[in-house]
Amino acid sequence: MSLHEFWDFLVLGVVLGSIYAVIAIGYTLVYGVLQLINFAHSEVFMLGAYGGVLALTAVEPGSNPSALGSVAYVALGIGAGAALGALTAFGLERAAYRPLRRHGAPRLIFLITAIGASFFLFNLAGKLFGRDPTSVPEMYDNNTVATVFGAQLKTTQVLLLASAVVMMVGLDLIVHRTKLGAGIRAVSQDAEVASLMGVDIDKVVSRTFVIGGLLGGAAGFLYGNFVSQVKFDMGFIPGITAFAAAVVGGIGNIRGAMLGGLMLGIVETLTVPLFGDEWRNVGAFVVLILVLMFRPTGILGERVGRTA
Amino acid sequence: MSETVALKKDSGGSAPGATPLLELRGLRVAYGAIEALKGIDLTVGEGEIVALLGGNGAGKTTTLRTISGMLSPRSGEVLLGGDRIDGIKSHDLVRFGIGHVPEGRRVFPRMSVQENLQMGAYRFKSVDAAQLGRVYELFPRLAERRTQLSGTLSGGEQQMLAIGRALMGKPELLLLDEPSMGLAPLVVQQIFEIIKEINAAGTTVLLVEQNAAQALALADRGYVLETGSIAMSGPAREMLADSRIRAAYLGEGAV
Repeated sequence: MSLHEFWDFLVLGVVLGSIYAVIAIGYTLVYGVLQLINFAHSEVFMLGAYGGVLALTAVEPGSNPSALGSVAYVALGIGAGAALGALTAFGLERAAYRPLRRHGAPRLIFLITAIGASFFLFNLAGKLFGRDPTSVPEMYDNNTVATVFGAQLKTTQVLLLASAVVMMVGLDLIVHRTKLGAGIRAVSQDAEVASLMGVDIDKVVSRTFVIGGLLGGAAGFLYGNFVSQVKFDMGFIPGITAFAAAVVGGIGNIRGAMLGGLMLGIVETLTVPLFGDEWRNVGAFVVLILVLMFRPTGILGERVGRTA
Repeated sequence: MSETVALKKDSGGSAPGATPLLELRGLRVAYGAIEALKGIDLTVGEGEIVALLGGNGAGKTTTLRTISGMLSPRSGEVLLGGDRIDGIKSHDLVRFGIGHVPEGRRVFPRMSVQENLQMGAYRFKSVDAAQLGRVYELFPRLAERRTQLSGTLSGGEQQMLAIGRALMGKPELLLLDEPSMGLAPLVVQQIFEIIKEINAAGTTVLLVEQNAAQALALADRGYVLETGSIAMSGPAREMLADSRIRAAYLGEGAV
């Protein structure tokens, strides 16, 4: 691998990693408030991708959109993806998880419910949208817009990276600067005491799912655009990778999820030129295993569980 | 000792016949098949400090958790200012002016001191700067450490923070669950001084303690819980002098 190639792959890795980071935030946020790994988050991602594509198909972008048109299409796709992602996440919490919380169900029941919801949703998508991939309508000419250390950045990559950065910064502001964010952090640290302070836990949990869904859905559309197609089972691999990223960064820790996502994106991409495409997903999971061997709580992870 | 000390005369601030700020009537609470409270009656008059004493597992914490809506009674009533509040969820109850300082302090460990205090004011639209100032005045130690992560504070400081956090909600009634637990005697003294000050400023206090001597020295009245029932009650001074209490809770004369 020449230095030039290295930069090319590194840039690609950062782009892919930024998407993993955004998805990983969804896992880590929900884990924070419910101590639940929401395995159906990969379907939030997948449905978000379809949401964007369906909205775009409805308006049928022409073959040569104007610059303004392109921006509008992109905004529509991301917006629709985020909206369907949020709706899916909201629905999941209401239909699948809230009833379990009411009954004080054991942790294992939550887990199997999450997996069941995931299977239900992606098979439903397969039924509704077909099991063959759907291509993402072209919204702009995918030209090279910048060169970084000789690596060429295309519009799609810049769009993806920029959107991911905006989402991460926005989320960080919500979590650290708003009252909802304070509520989310309080529930993550001690839900019972948070409720003594007047925090409505149900409301906070529901909104946490919605935030995770907005991010996951938008990420789904951006990812679909990145690989030019969407498919009913497209959520599985990125979902699992992002979950691994959340664990690598320290589950429950938002900045850890961002860091983990970026790391796994880079490792996965660099694995391809070094070992071949078939090793792509092996690299990321080797990192997961190595990190957990030496730091079981993840890179930025704190003690798991609630302090009494 | 199941008989109640026959001293019902209020020595506290509430006028006889006036509605008490807090009243528990025939409160029964159970965890599954295990009955933790077997029908307790208790009143706290406005402006009083009432101590709720008893050993481990007597039901003290259960009582406080039921008052602040974390547990629902199987039967019986919780009245605040004459209105029933049992069945109201804890996050709604803060609006009624109940501040709960939980057992083991339970500050939000990964929030700064200031953020913890701001959480205490969550029920309000915005944080009242004047109230924040009062809390810092009451606990200068917290003011010095306002940006420090709460998980890194000492036990005494965390207790101060937990009390300060509850005060940020401007409670009429402050429930304190074992504020002396695990603290050095000198720190306990400080905390009890501050509870006195808070009470003098107009907040009614229900204090759960294992440290009976110090709690009774501070309180107007006291109750002793024993395996879910009130075993004794009366003015604190008389309870402090009572030989049975001395024997059972103050470690004296049990020879």
